[in-house]
Amino acid sequence: MRKTFELENLECANCAAKMERDIAALDDVKKCTITFMTSRMSISVEDHADFDEILNKAQAIMKSYEKDCTIVR
Amino acid sequence: MNKKQKRIARQIGIGLALFVLGLICKQFNEIAGDILLTAGWLAAGYNVILDAFGKIKAKKPFDEELLMTLASGCAVLLGEFSEAAAVMIFYQVGELFQSVAVERSRKSVAELMDLRPDVAYILRDGEAEEADPEDVQVGDLLLVHPGERIPVDGVIVEGSASVDTSKITGESVPADLTAGDKILSGSINLSGVLTIRAESEFASSTVAHILDLMDSASEGRSKTETLITRFSQSYTPCVVIAAAVLALIPPLFTGFNFATWIHRALNFLVVSCPCALVISVPLAFFGGMGGVSKAGMIAKGGIALENLAKIDTVVFDKTGTLTTGDFCVVRIESETDNLLELVAAAEEVSHHPIAKAIVGASKMHLKASDIQEIPGQGIRAQVEGHQVMAGNHRMLESLQLRVPEVDGATVVYAVIDGVYAGAIILEDTIKSGAAESLQALKKLGITKVCMLTGDRKAAAKTVADHLNLDDYRYSLLPQDKLCAVEEMLNQGRQVAFVGDGVNDAPVLTMASAGVAMGGVGSDAAVEASDLVLLKDDLRGLPKAITIARRTLSIAKQNIIFALIVKFGVMLLSIPGIASMWLAVFADVGVAILCILNSFRAMKSDV
Repeated sequence: MRKTFELENLECANCAAKMERDIAALDDVKKCTITFMTSRMSISVEDHADFDEILNKAQAIMKSYEKDCTIVR
Repeated sequence: MNKKQKRIARQIGIGLALFVLGLICKQFNEIAGDILLTAGWLAAGYNVILDAFGKIKAKKPFDEELLMTLASGCAVLLGEFSEAAAVMIFYQVGELFQSVAVERSRKSVAELMDLRPDVAYILRDGEAEEADPEDVQVGDLLLVHPGERIPVDGVIVEGSASVDTSKITGESVPADLTAGDKILSGSINLSGVLTIRAESEFASSTVAHILDLMDSASEGRSKTETLITRFSQSYTPCVVIAAAVLALIPPLFTGFNFATWIHRALNFLVVSCPCALVISVPLAFFGGMGGVSKAGMIAKGGIALENLAKIDTVVFDKTGTLTTGDFCVVRIESETDNLLELVAAAEEVSHHPIAKAIVGASKMHLKASDIQEIPGQGIRAQVEGHQVMAGNHRMLESLQLRVPEVDGATVVYAVIDGVYAGAIILEDTIKSGAAESLQALKKLGITKVCMLTGDRKAAAKTVADHLNLDDYRYSLLPQDKLCAVEEMLNQGRQVAFVGDGVNDAPVLTMASAGVAMGGVGSDAAVEASDLVLLKDDLRGLPKAITIARRTLSIAKQNIIFALIVKFGVMLLSIPGIASMWLAVFADVGVAILCILNSFRAMKSDV
């Protein structure tokens, strides 16, 4: 399943690259792309996975790099 | 300026005031002055310092904030209060600039790509009801006011208006549409009030199609972007280690003057943020994609621009690409006066484009009866008491008639009452703009322009001669096209393939850059391509190549400029020539300059 989300307060391009790397490394995440210029994240996960739980983990990763950055759900 | 930017601006103001006050105070009372300067440092950069500690707690320390905190904090510990405050203020000014520049460019990119209709007004019992475009059903009547976007594809029922379709079709001149005309979603009503009958739901409308394309487009990252990301991941730790070595090793041999060397090492740290590269390179590619979409095309990501920029060979499919696929009668070779009319009558019910062209060229309408198709050969019918047969050379062969020498692209032979009566010669119409496009490609230094077609030799030759192509191959099956492109790739050429058909998809994928004609509707070809010409106009291709090349050169300029300045400042910090000011410039100053340079990629004029 693939979904695209808007991100709020994504200000640092370098952090976006790091977030992307860490989120893509999560279990059950097939692919994650964070596009700094459009401030959007597209994430595709295995079908059996719990999407919300993965989003929560992704959100936690974002906060660790940029404390104001949030996923608009 | 947004909230965060205003806050930083305030911090800069207060920090600067305390800094100036501190410098003056220092003339009279050293300690009071230093206290004021430290206050200035804190006022300007408290959020940076807090962020840095937050990141240490989150165990993600290698960051700009930490490096700034470390650098200026050490300056405070070394008693260089004025430098700590000044550098922090300077850094914040840079951050503010950078933030504003990023916001600006995001906005202009968003504007370029903004097509999404926000609202639809559905007419129910004469009342306009506000609704989400996604809720529109086929058959609904919609009211569109001037200035609004058309929510779904439809037909105008009432009213007339000037409509801006530039973002959908790339056509820059507004179209004047009136009742009965089709209207595409995503275009903007410029003048009158329109009532439209919805012909599609939002999800299957043109605008949704294009938005989908753009969404997936931003994921196709260029190799340059990936390279930069990878580079920056190893670059920061390397610089930090180098800084540690610089702070600890040289003092052991130069009389334990740790203060001096720590100071120099701090400069290293300040320079170390790779932000200039990480922001400006993707920004350049984004700008390029924006420029391409302004010109009525969609480039599928940075990777597509990279592929287009290095093209030296362009291969065209014939029908639908170089030619419209509509035939026209160019010549009739016959002794019989009304040959065209007789054949046209026989062909009238056929849907074949050649038959349609003959019917279209005929001025008189004759009645045909007893129409029979001869598979693979032609057609037979009774017209005006004669038996008329029209078809290809195989038909003549099967009738055991001699096939005459007729010179022409596409020939229809006619047999009347069993006797050869003449031939109708047709040509495929060459697209307007094709010749112009080929000339422009040559000017761009494309060394080879050729055509691959499934059509016969005569038809291929006519088009090739007309357009002055370097090479052409004919009678090709889809897999032959694949082989032909593979052969060119093996010769080391960078091949762009331009096509439109479903069966072109494998070739589009294999080519260095695939270019699909007319993005609206044909999906397999669009899916497989790097560049989609929404307007179905070949003149877009040279434009896109120009934009792609400019984008790549901007990205390269940024990389080279940023690296030279950064390494230069690092080298100068070793003997202590570079001040911390210069180091901050090498960090944020360079980032701002690169961002400004990237703005140039957004232009669509070439």
